[in-house]
Amino acid sequence: MPTTTIDGHQIHVDDEGFMTAYHEWSEDVGKSLATQIGIDMTDEHWTAIRFLRQDFADRGETPTLRRVTVVGGIPTKRLFALFPQKPAKKMAYIAGLPKPQGCV
Amino acid sequence: MTDTATAPIVPSFDTEETGRKLAIICSKGSLDMAYPGLIMANAALGEGVETHLFFTFWGFEIINKKTMGDLKFTPLGNPATHMPQGMGGLPGVTHMATSRMKKAIAELDVPDIPDFLEQIVASGGHLWACRMSADMNHLTEADLYDEVEGIISAADFIELTEGAQLLFV
Repeated sequence: MPTTTIDGHQIHVDDEGFMTAYHEWSEDVGKSLATQIGIDMTDEHWTAIRFLRQDFADRGETPTLRRVTVVGGIPTKRLFALFPQKPAKKMAYIAGLPKPQGCV
Repeated sequence: MTDTATAPIVPSFDTEETGRKLAIICSKGSLDMAYPGLIMANAALGEGVETHLFFTFWGFEIINKKTMGDLKFTPLGNPATHMPQGMGGLPGVTHMATSRMKKAIAELDVPDIPDFLEQIVASGGHLWACRMSADMNHLTEADLYDEVEGIISAADFIELTEGAQLLFV
């Protein structure tokens, strides 16, 4: 596993750059990751990211977009507005989690 | 095994417009044939691909308010179920096979058809109904799922999906 340094944080990542060590993440790291992909974090962004972190801790897998909407309570439309184009992957990236595996 | 890269490793999300477009033609009205088109549409939208679905012939069942929540699956004529074909025609078998399939789909947290269409629209997908199918079945926009953008001809659909990759289900 490569490591990379982003904004002074040294983290383990996979070949694409998604974090591989859950506990290396902090909200500070998340903010730096978001900046890397051009996202300026607001409270609404954080609500989604915190849901992802908690859901991963509970279930051991990254929630799909549908789960963030149905269980996390954030409408799909908002997710596309907050994390444009590829919301599921972008959220996973900022939350320091693997890409979601589910098809839907 | 750790190697430290000098430049930060950041995924490429291709945020600039790639112009990729996908056109999906849904022509079947059974439960098992409705899902593939919707799943591909949903996946494409999640990747930032502009996606248009065209519902035609039996695919109208997917957007007809009366039938969209009640699509069925039959093992008849489908050797992949590995059931004796004669059984498929027995009373109640379609109902049983449909309930089983719906249950299996729900267990994967995959939405039912009306919810799935809602999710596709919320993700920016476009739904279109086929003019000829509407005329054949004497249906108007009032009979169709509210988010269907219009009843259009095949030629209109081909025109508006210029340059798109095309998937026929």
